[in-house]
Amino acid sequence: MIRDHFRILTVDLTSGKGKIVTIEGRDTEAGGSGLAALLFDKYGHLDKPWDVPEQPLIFTIGPLTGYFPLMSKTVCGFKSPYHNQYGESHAGGRSALSLRFADLDGLVITGKAARPSYISIGSRHLEVKDVHYMWGIDLQRSGKMLRKMIGGAGHRSIFRIGPAGENLSAYACITVDTYRHFGRLGGGAVMGSKNLKAIAIQGDGVFQLPEGKEYAELFEEVHKQLTTTDMMDKYHNLGTPVNVAVLNGLKALPIRNLQQTTDPNIKGITGETFADDTLLRNTACAGCPVGCIHIGFVREKFMEPNQYLYRQVSYDHEPIFATGSMLGITNAFSVLGIIDMVEKMGLDVMSAGVALAWATEALEKGLISEKETLVPLKFNDAAGYKEAIQHLGLGSNDFYRLLAQGTMKAAAQYGGEDFACVLGQEMAGYATGEVFFTSQALGFRHSHLDSGGYSYDQKHTTERKVKEAVDFLVKDEQGRVLLTSMVACLFAREVYKDDLLADCLSSLGYTTLADNMQQVAQHIQKLRWRLRLATGFDPAAVKIPKRFTEVTTWKGPIDPKFLKQLKKEYTKRIIELGKEEPKEQ
Amino acid sequence: MKTAKVLTTPRMERCIGCHSCSLACARLVHKKLSWDTAGIRIISSGGLSTGFEAKSCLACNPAPCALACPTGAFSQRKGGGVIFKSKHCIQCGDCAEACPVEAIYLDATSEPFVCIHCGQCVPYCPHDCLEMAEVVVEPSTEKEAEEVAS
Repeated sequence: MIRDHFRILTVDLTSGKGKIVTIEGRDTEAGGSGLAALLFDKYGHLDKPWDVPEQPLIFTIGPLTGYFPLMSKTVCGFKSPYHNQYGESHAGGRSALSLRFADLDGLVITGKAARPSYISIGSRHLEVKDVHYMWGIDLQRSGKMLRKMIGGAGHRSIFRIGPAGENLSAYACITVDTYRHFGRLGGGAVMGSKNLKAIAIQGDGVFQLPEGKEYAELFEEVHKQLTTTDMMDKYHNLGTPVNVAVLNGLKALPIRNLQQTTDPNIKGITGETFADDTLLRNTACAGCPVGCIHIGFVREKFMEPNQYLYRQVSYDHEPIFATGSMLGITNAFSVLGIIDMVEKMGLDVMSAGVALAWATEALEKGLISEKETLVPLKFNDAAGYKEAIQHLGLGSNDFYRLLAQGTMKAAAQYGGEDFACVLGQEMAGYATGEVFFTSQALGFRHSHLDSGGYSYDQKHTTERKVKEAVDFLVKDEQGRVLLTSMVACLFAREVYKDDLLADCLSSLGYTTLADNMQQVAQHIQKLRWRLRLATGFDPAAVKIPKRFTEVTTWKGPIDPKFLKQLKKEYTKRIIELGKEEPKEQ
Repeated sequence: MKTAKVLTTPRMERCIGCHSCSLACARLVHKKLSWDTAGIRIISSGGLSTGFEAKSCLACNPAPCALACPTGAFSQRKGGGVIFKSKHCIQCGDCAEACPVEAIYLDATSEPFVCIHCGQCVPYCPHDCLEMAEVVVEPSTEKEAEEVAS
């Protein structure tokens, strides 16, 4: 609904009761990332650990959610178990439209349920229900149970956690509608710490649209741009896995724990191979006609004679890199088998794959033994990795419990910090060079999506200009934080340029916001950094492990001096960004 | 021979669940932001892993919903389906109950929303799942039958 304030539902799991709260800030924090930061500022406890019951778990949407195509993402804000600092994770599926139609701009969950429970909300209901019997059940099975228990198929969104979240893994994800995830930074463990197995959001509200032609005509224009131009072809066609062959060709694909950046056998896991051999169909987030979600399948013989089962598994570039190239696996079906196990456990796929890549090399080097790994981890041994993923999700022994807190935490105890591929958190699938490494290591979410560092590396092959590169990271982050406050899918960033965003906001009556987008973006960027620093982030203390300086890309070897300069400059800029903003007179 | 157009959903196995059709119907026909108050609604059939189904009017003739309507708010549409006149509706919900395929949505006030076979949703489907089909209008009165015969 169009309103000049935020309508927030707070739910206290300890009492099982909720409250509708009105919060000002539409013209200053907009929604999405800005609103999540605003709500964390209000409800969060900067100095308390991530897992105390009073810490909030926040979900927000933006002013354009549902009103325009590809405004289809939800922002999750929380104090992360990964680093005990404020963080964000984003997901699509039906989450955003469900919140919109539940007539909420945000959902804030505090407290801890006495027994494992789920929250069910809609525009006209709120229920906290005991589902203790579902604790310990994997994500696929609990998903089926929840779908039967909660009505409204198709017009609802179900967020849920698996064993990894229950076991408080620092990189447990929150799975949304089977195929999407609040993947990074451990939101799943926050739910686990609250005894919260699932959140179901029923999108059952109905709203009037703006009168007059402006909105209707603009919708048509945006829809046309998104569906009739070739801007979205990449995502609709092969999807993000198109990157696998491209990066491999550039010598920029992390392979075997980043010991290599290119592999002649990569053909088995390229986007083309996935499409030719494994692709069953595409699917989409609600409100997005692009349909970038690619669904492949795993088929397993579980018994003789010829008894098979099959499951559908979504794939993207990042899961393919993390459970494929990073683990030396070059068979598409083997990759899907590992992703499937990651899905069951409810782990962040990038962190899980990269953690096991480190463990494999640590085992090779004799820093750990099979006593720790329980399975003889070897690059290209898919069966072993599937078993290891299960150990990681279930926390089978001290080693896996520690590894599930982060690769660097395990490396600190067992050794091997030099080859732990950690850039703030386990790396994303781009070994494009110094700017990307800096961008992920220091970026707000430690995500490849914080800013386009990977793209900058590819466009500036010979340059070593520190200030220009960091200017780009800061400016690009600002543009992206505006989009994630609307909340747009970042795949639409080439369509939703500033002018179009301003038109969209104006057509819904958000004229002040439309007139001040740049100031708002700057403010949100600064607000997020202020919260990050206030919860303990020290960019100067971030270490980029030696392995990243041993990489050779198409540009040649990594330049450690340039990397160091970038890190120093970006650190300075982050500290500036995180300073308290002067109060307006 | 008189013909009419009706909305059909012949290729739903292609559906990606984007809800563009429902949102278009709500936006263009009913001037609302909703995925419920629409003549076509998409549901996942047994979870996302088994695809999607469309809930929409099958253009019955005679239409059970029109027969069930006690006030004439729903009347038979030539070629199948119904014509809805909201001023005659008492929001009893009998139409939705009579529909064998749950094609009619009742909002919180029990106001019914049903497909009017206008076809405005069709171009918004990115995978061409929907189609306007031409059907022959069966003459409903003797006079009409004579006209057709002559």
